[in-house]
Amino acid sequence: MKAPPFRYHAPRTLDEALALAATLPSPRLLAGGQSLMPMLNFRLLAPEHLIDLNRVEGLAGIRDEGDAIVIGAMTRQRDIEFSPVVKARLPLLAEAIQWVGHRQTRNRGTIGGSLCHLDPSAEQPLVAMAMDATLAIAGPAGRRELPMQAFAVDLMTPALEEGEILTGIRFTPWAAGHGWAFLEFARRHGDFAIVAVAVLLELGADGTATRVSITLGGVASTAVRVVQAEAALLGTRVGPADIEAAAACCGQVDALGDPQVPAWYRQRVARTLCARALPAALARAHAAGHDGMKR
Amino acid sequence: MSQHASMREITLHVNGEARTCTVADRSNLADFLRHDLQLTGTHVGCEHGVCGACTVLVDGRSVRGCLMLAVQADGCSVETVESLAAGTQGAAGLGPLQQAFRDRHALQCGYCTPGILMSLTELLRDDPAPDEQAVRLVLSGHLCRCTGYQNIVAAALQAASKPAGDA
Repeated sequence: MKAPPFRYHAPRTLDEALALAATLPSPRLLAGGQSLMPMLNFRLLAPEHLIDLNRVEGLAGIRDEGDAIVIGAMTRQRDIEFSPVVKARLPLLAEAIQWVGHRQTRNRGTIGGSLCHLDPSAEQPLVAMAMDATLAIAGPAGRRELPMQAFAVDLMTPALEEGEILTGIRFTPWAAGHGWAFLEFARRHGDFAIVAVAVLLELGADGTATRVSITLGGVASTAVRVVQAEAALLGTRVGPADIEAAAACCGQVDALGDPQVPAWYRQRVARTLCARALPAALARAHAAGHDGMKR
Repeated sequence: MSQHASMREITLHVNGEARTCTVADRSNLADFLRHDLQLTGTHVGCEHGVCGACTVLVDGRSVRGCLMLAVQADGCSVETVESLAAGTQGAAGLGPLQQAFRDRHALQCGYCTPGILMSLTELLRDDPAPDEQAVRLVLSGHLCRCTGYQNIVAAALQAASKPAGDA
């Protein structure tokens, strides 16, 4: 169908956008439009006002601050995909972004739009959760920051108050030489993930796991860290039995079921993906350690 | 709000030509191209960004014409399938990529073809010699129910193997 009628606004500054968001009745913010536009075309939404953030100055860009990489909310997925900074410092995000939609949607879609849409199977919220990203929010009451854990309240429900706008996402890179893996299962490439898993792994000099992050997407109402699985690996040498124990934890998470994909199936896929992702992350961590010794 | 559509004036370049038009706020780019500019080469399929039929280039990047508002293209340069044969000398008036599609039987009903041609145009500009995997990744953003894709891949690789401008 065609989108229902609305009034379109194209502010040029964040202050203008905030003023519109605070004063207009029932506005929606338009980022890349790769989720909002389909919802409008399906007439699942009928906002009176659409505030387009695409022309707002200063909301896009990837900034290396040394101890953190800050990505503007309106940064397009394409620019993340081809960013040398992201590839070098946030390899998990670089890998995950290739699973986001298709080239033609990544050319428009933004990281901030995906985080605010907060689809339970979306890759970017999953990476934000896996990396404990911090979200910068501007609103009528000023600016604030929230950890991803607090931002992702529930199914497609971010912790944004009325009139607030997500402005950026701060990622703290893991130590050089860490291992990572992002895997996803969907029926076709580019479809919504039935299950996705993100793994980050740091090894000590003796080869034992000193830091672990294991996060699942698609199984619950938001991306979830599987702390039991992380605990099962910490301090181990990440051998096959350790990996199996962590994967078993992933197979026991509370999973959503629907008529196409029952909960037990999601749990089985979660277990399998975790059992595949951990060796991949481990191999990368080992390869980095090996390179380090050669240097 | 009133039921009367909210309108605004936009100026953009379409296939190299400057156009100034008054469009409804809610009109998407694909509908604008088809209804307001009569450029009906751009097809509209699913209207929710899945099928890829409406893909056009905006400032050189492939985008879903149904997932972008016409008013968002204000100041942009838009390229549609109508631009691909411009200035070609071939008997059928086809650009090199289009000729490759014809040679390889890469279309049957043709509904998905304009969008695929635009995505492949972007790919071949970025990478004049893509491998099969790169072609298939770009094609994953398009649905074709006639060809089974094999001939589209073959056509794209044929076009890639020719020097630019060689029809």
